[in-house]
Amino acid sequence: MEFLQLLVSGLANGCVYGLVALGFVLIYKATEAVNFAQGDFMMLGAFVMLGLVNPQYMGINFWLAVPLALLIMGALGYLLDITVLRHMFGQSQTAIVILTIALGFVIRFIAGVIWGHEPVNLHSPLALGDMRAFGVVLSLADIAVIVVTVILTMLLWQFFQRTKLGLAMQASSQNQMAAYYMGIPVKRVQGAIWALAAIVACVAGILYASKGSLDISAGFIGIKAFAAAVIGGFGSLPGALMGGLIVGVIEPFASRYLPPGYSQIAPYVLLILVLIFRPHGLFAQVRTKKV
Amino acid sequence: MSLLELKNVTLKFGGVTAVNELSLSVEEGQVFALVGPNGAGKSTVFNMISRFYTPVTGSIVFDGRDLLTLKPHEVPQLGIARTFQNIELFDRATVLQNLLVGRHRLRKTTLVEEMFFVGRARAQERAHRHAVEEVIDFLDLQPYRNQMIAGLPYGVRKVVELARALSTRPRLLLLDEPASGLSVEETQDMRWWIDDIRRQMGITVLMVEHDMGLVSNVCDRVLALDGGRKLAEGTPAEVQSHPAVIEAYLGTAAVSKTANATGGRV
Amino acid sequence: MRFHFKTTYDQDIRLFPDWWTFGLYAALLAVMLILPWLIDGFFLGEVTNVLIWAVAGLGLMLLTGQTGQVSLGHSAFMALGCYLCVILMEAGVPFVAAFVLCGILTGVLGAIIALPALRLHGVYLAIATLALAILADDLIVILTPWTGGVAGKFTPEMTILGFEINRWANPASWYYLVLIVAVLVALIYRNLLRSPLGRAFAAIRDSEISAQAMGVDVAHTKAVAFGLSCAFTGLGGALMGLYAGAFNNETFNFLLAIQLLMMIVIGGLGFIHGAFLGAIVIAFLPQALSILSDQFGRAMSIPGLEMGVFGMILIAFIILEPMGLYGRWMKIRIWLELFPFARRDMFRRQKSYLKTERLR
Repeated sequence: MEFLQLLVSGLANGCVYGLVALGFVLIYKATEAVNFAQGDFMMLGAFVMLGLVNPQYMGINFWLAVPLALLIMGALGYLLDITVLRHMFGQSQTAIVILTIALGFVIRFIAGVIWGHEPVNLHSPLALGDMRAFGVVLSLADIAVIVVTVILTMLLWQFFQRTKLGLAMQASSQNQMAAYYMGIPVKRVQGAIWALAAIVACVAGILYASKGSLDISAGFIGIKAFAAAVIGGFGSLPGALMGGLIVGVIEPFASRYLPPGYSQIAPYVLLILVLIFRPHGLFAQVRTKKV
Repeated sequence: MSLLELKNVTLKFGGVTAVNELSLSVEEGQVFALVGPNGAGKSTVFNMISRFYTPVTGSIVFDGRDLLTLKPHEVPQLGIARTFQNIELFDRATVLQNLLVGRHRLRKTTLVEEMFFVGRARAQERAHRHAVEEVIDFLDLQPYRNQMIAGLPYGVRKVVELARALSTRPRLLLLDEPASGLSVEETQDMRWWIDDIRRQMGITVLMVEHDMGLVSNVCDRVLALDGGRKLAEGTPAEVQSHPAVIEAYLGTAAVSKTANATGGRV
Repeated sequence: MRFHFKTTYDQDIRLFPDWWTFGLYAALLAVMLILPWLIDGFFLGEVTNVLIWAVAGLGLMLLTGQTGQVSLGHSAFMALGCYLCVILMEAGVPFVAAFVLCGILTGVLGAIIALPALRLHGVYLAIATLALAILADDLIVILTPWTGGVAGKFTPEMTILGFEINRWANPASWYYLVLIVAVLVALIYRNLLRSPLGRAFAAIRDSEISAQAMGVDVAHTKAVAFGLSCAFTGLGGALMGLYAGAFNNETFNFLLAIQLLMMIVIGGLGFIHGAFLGAIVIAFLPQALSILSDQFGRAMSIPGLEMGVFGMILIAFIILEPMGLYGRWMKIRIWLELFPFARRDMFRRQKSYLKTERLR
């Protein structure tokens, strides 16, 4: 039973990692950039939601606030693309990595100024109930996280496989100039993808905040989500979710069965091992440049 | 003995056979051209000689040494230099620095000597600098010595790439489409240079080229490829008049027409 | 505008292109040498701090600016250098020997660690090194018997030939120590740039494939670059830890590595000057901010303010001046030299499109 309990809580955590990793993959697929600020997007999304819902701020009904928060974050993502990221158009991956790291610091700073540095709790109806089944305690938030994550991943996956916009996004990532010539509005497509990534981050943030307390360093789980994205392979949406689940499940088991001190390094050790032995993830394939 | 010899080389990408049972031999002092339509496998042959690709079967021998046992960076050590179809220069370095990288294979200094610039380091730099200056003189690159590659026009970059390959003091020079994208005058220059490279420097040249004018002017021997297979081999005139070559370029119907009209010459 | 009429190849090889430049740097060095008599102990300490950051920054610059490999994990090598140095000193090795040895050992270990990481490109390397930096924190705790773990370690007594180096009793002694290290590291860096190895680094940065075609052993050269980079950064880390007086697992956390990377970008990627300029920004930013907040009349201390402002500065630089402070300085200099003939569009960047090497 303990095993099952660990597994379930691991899966629920893993879903949050997976959702953040999903954001990485979205942006990577569409712009070939890696957004090191995705974890901070998640934190910001959670705080935006908190600002809407919690009584000391606006006190709006939770279910009303969800679409509102998503909308705000989407708009923020698009705005960020127009104001900052569009200037990076055509620049190297490295420059964008450094830029997004800096962006993360700025977001954390701004969130700290607005919402303070103390841990707070989101007034979420998901945080209340829990269920017992087969001797396992399942909180409502855990169930919600798992269900929402699976649905969202499937939707996004289908979006990239099936829709015209999804294909346009992939095309523009691989060769911007050619995509231009084919009539794809590359810049607007990029704006859309950043908005989408911010929305996914917001969903992750709301679910994360429903599971426990929230503070401005929550964005650092982005690093674990990195591990997830790398393990799954940066180009693959279902891979990101799988990676998230793997990282999420490893954590509780490591802290249960490994001596203290070793448990928190488990995800990173796994990450490094994957990078050494399967540098492009467990589920992806890459070919080298043609000359 | 031939300088470079490919025997029954086959390369497959997944299910696609890029090069099929290809054999060719380049003699010392020759200018040898590979021609053929796009996708015929010409650049792939170059990439196999450079060891970026490994053939499934067959052998590649340079001056009695089996190239297939070498890693890509060991190939230049034997005296094989190359240029690339889509210019692969070091963009954020000056022309001079690019050419000096060409001298890398002749590096004699150790890490410690270079860190403190003692011992052979200074003499070696002077020697490299002198050798590079000769190449600069040869290719008329004097005005560009200290310019960044990123700001140079296409035609100049093409010449810089040739210069960088020459800086390695090669015995065999692989030129991947040396004239593509060049103006008529630049192509003319390229023609003289290739001639001089062979005559003055005694370097053997293997090149891929679409410009048949250039090929027939400078090459001793031409090999036509299509679909990874050898179509014809011989002097430029022989290859151009070969029915299989005309067919590959112009289609079947054209063969009889042109054959009738020109008596076999294109 | 000065023209160089070159008559020997040595003019392209020597450290300074002409007497004027040599004079400038000699004057700068002279000022640095008499600095302890010019400013008080507090500012001397700040300048020492700048130079320490610059040494660590030069290490990362060699890897990121020269060889084009991004590392987010150099804090781990700063920690490695620092702990090695102190452990050696505690074992009775004299300071100078321990210091040099810790640099060499960090370099060798760095190169060994780099070997498997060399197959990684761009972002993947950044992530792997980030993981390394996070692991370092936990590893220091796990290795408590050697590292002192959370309790940390204190700087042992430092002497050079019987002369005591003490930050509090004699700030100038520390200043001179750091100055010597910084000048030596910068000199080695410069020597590498004019040698085949330095050019091979640049070749790898710009095109691995044609570097190979020129006979550069990419894997080996990258490992050497990583090793040298780690050695310099290790020296910087050793200086930083020793100068702080006490350090533990949190002194060298991964944010330090990120700060280091931001620093060299602000200074100017790929330039020796960039490491120093960036170090000035990073060392004096806290002072500038505290002066500013005093101006506003509030004793406000916003956590994360420093990093937030630093982040904003960095974003501004990447967008407006990707070449960093040094790049901006070069443009100003060219503008002044050409005055009044400089044109606005001289420095316009060429429009570029991203085309990736990924096929899927």
